[in-house]
Amino acid sequence: MLEIKDLHVNVFGKEILKGLSLTVPPGEVHAIMGPNGAGKSTTSYTLAGRAGYEVTGGEIDFYGEDVTALSPEERAAKGIFLAFQYPMEIPGVSTMNFLKTAMNAQAKLRNEPELDAAQFLRTVRAAAKELNISEDMLKRPLNVGFSGGEKKRNETLQMALLKPRLAILDEMDSGLDIDALKLVAEGVNKLRAPDRSFLVITHYQRLLDYIVPDVIHILSGGKIVMSGDKSLALQLEENGYDAVINKAA
Amino acid sequence: MSEETDTLQDLADQKYKYGFVSEIESDFAPKGLNEDVIRFISAKKDEPDWLLQYRLDAYRRWLTLEEPTWAKLDYPRIDFQDAYYYAAPKSDSDKPKSIDEVDPELLRVYEKLGIPLHEQEVLAGVEQRKVAVDAVFDSVSVVTTFKEELSKVGVIFCPISEALKTHPELVKQYLGTVVPASDNFYATLNAAVFSEGSFVYIPPGVRCPMELSTYFRINAAKSGQFERTLIIADKGSYVSYLEGCTAPQRDENQLHAAVVELIAMEDAEIKYSTVQNWYPGDENGKGGIYNFVTKRGDCRGDRSKISWTQVETGSAITWKYPSCVLRGDNSVGEFYSIAIANNFQQADTGTKMLHLGKNTSSRIISKGISAGKAQNTYRGLVSIHAKADGARNFTQCDSLLLGDQCGAHTVPYIQSRNPKAILEHEATTSKISDDQLFYCLSRGIPTEEAVALIVNGFCREVLQQLPMEFAVEAQKLVGISLEGSVG
Ligand SMILES: Nc1ncnc2c1ncn2[C@@H]1O[C@H](COP(=O)(O)OP(=O)(O)OP(=O)(O)O)[C@@H](O)[C@H]1O
Ligand SMILES: [Mg+2]
Repeated sequence: MLEIKDLHVNVFGKEILKGLSLTVPPGEVHAIMGPNGAGKSTTSYTLAGRAGYEVTGGEIDFYGEDVTALSPEERAAKGIFLAFQYPMEIPGVSTMNFLKTAMNAQAKLRNEPELDAAQFLRTVRAAAKELNISEDMLKRPLNVGFSGGEKKRNETLQMALLKPRLAILDEMDSGLDIDALKLVAEGVNKLRAPDRSFLVITHYQRLLDYIVPDVIHILSGGKIVMSGDKSLALQLEENGYDAVINKAA
Repeated sequence: MSEETDTLQDLADQKYKYGFVSEIESDFAPKGLNEDVIRFISAKKDEPDWLLQYRLDAYRRWLTLEEPTWAKLDYPRIDFQDAYYYAAPKSDSDKPKSIDEVDPELLRVYEKLGIPLHEQEVLAGVEQRKVAVDAVFDSVSVVTTFKEELSKVGVIFCPISEALKTHPELVKQYLGTVVPASDNFYATLNAAVFSEGSFVYIPPGVRCPMELSTYFRINAAKSGQFERTLIIADKGSYVSYLEGCTAPQRDENQLHAAVVELIAMEDAEIKYSTVQNWYPGDENGKGGIYNFVTKRGDCRGDRSKISWTQVETGSAITWKYPSCVLRGDNSVGEFYSIAIANNFQQADTGTKMLHLGKNTSSRIISKGISAGKAQNTYRGLVSIHAKADGARNFTQCDSLLLGDQCGAHTVPYIQSRNPKAILEHEATTSKISDDQLFYCLSRGIPTEEAVALIVNGFCREVLQQLPMEFAVEAQKLVGISLEGSVG
């Protein structure tokens, strides 16, 4: 259960989120749509705990606990996962090694035993196969020289392996061809579970055809200005943000 | 500037786990340096007269030399009279022959350092592969393992002082032929006062059946270490050798001026790896080893190969340029280097590749990492002589900066007297970006581990060159050396 209450966030001295409130119950998929610069990525970075995203008011509760003051790694260990709009490249670090480091780091933070090497390999290979990620890609340095679509599939793989309770997908569909979009959406749908929720940030109705949301929110000017069911996406597609928001106002 | 960059500058204590001092009673030479001290050292080692003369000649020349100042290193003038040039555990006066006769106090030191001196031990965490060890403590060798097993295939691996007694003709034939006593200020000093180091001879056609290694430990206060290592790989032979070094945490600076000479005959190959972890000084720049080292390999025979791999994480000052003289036709020289400088450490390191023979090739991969207020300089020379037809060099120098109070410098010198030579040079400077760091954090990887991961990735090409036995250790060391460089 994610509860964002009247969240105000400054980024480098400028207020970007201006009283954002949002609740995502366990097992639900919520989509956030909104014009460029509305504060969608700011919301996802703030939820993940990025330095420089200063919370000046309100709070973020995750399963009843205020996580606003926690470090990014502590939030990760609590099950908050962010699939990046622009995944980072880490030269010289194989995808496999990165996955292992991340999984073991989270296990350690949760006082769980580290994964056994053989079991780890089996788990990764099986998850990779479903996303059409080759063995070769797992050996290559993380995201280095990956195509846009490969990077997004790699984010999906990380999500599948880290098994978060809340997955924030920031423009998961950007740069994906039709086949990859289906693959990634299937990956997400497979992970849908009663104890896992999703926050799907997107500009396009198309993604929501594949990952069907329970609720759609419109973020504009740093707050949620409108919420509704999936028909809202269709209205937006047809009429654009201005018309839909103004009509509601 | 973002907050993550701020934390990168936050300097905290660097943890140096080898900084303990061992209470071992030592014999010293009288403090300072003069001809009597040199005679003292030579007498202690019971050396032949030619070597005493060699030392005295070197000393007299040294008196006429000036300390070099061309490196990008800033430190107070060294008072060469304010140090001991010979220190040896008292218990060693009657040199032990087997491990059972070694002072248990000394054995405990090596146990604490994690270095196996019993032949039945193997390096922790590594599958059963044997590694022979020569353990040098201040100015003497404590013990050398697997000597007998190695001698069965004709490999000689022993302290150089012992080689002077058992194989004087070999030592005399090769000593100073790669790094002459007149080479440079520190090499000349070493020629005058050197006390211990390893001697290796691999006979023709023999592939040395195990890794050879020497662990240097400086223990006594106010003492310097001046080791001398000589490795000869005869025709068609192969050897992989590794040296490691540690020293106690002390407030005063200590001098380490070593000379290493490698000779590879026809079709021979020497792989020489260093994990240098001398005490680097504290976070305020107090104490630490001054490391002035001359290392050179001579590819004397055709198709010979010498490969240097170094992981330099310690020392307050590092002045070191492991080089290859590519004399034989088709010979190959390689230099793979990781140099990490944190806090107030200063490193000026690189290589020299001298192409004399035809179709000689060299490869230089240097990874410099600077953190805190450290300065890190790559200085390298590629020299192609007129007769070196078909010579090629590839150089890649990458620098990584952590924080913005440190410096990285690249000083490549190229001299080509052969118009047909092919020379390639690539250089990059980068920073760990906030984005990369946050990406790791968001996956649950804590800051220090994330930095270690990213830095190890940056160093990968070099780490891959290390013998498997030491690669894991070196990776950890990379992480540890940067501890405290992030918040
Ligand atoms: N580092 C920064 N410095 C200054 N302003 C910033 C910074 N990061 C974001 N902003 C501003 O914050 C606002 C919100 O940006 P954000 O990235 O959250 O938008 P978004 O809704 O994700 O847009 P898009 O749909 O284009 O991805 C924008 O006006 C942007 O310019
Ligand atoms: Mg965005």
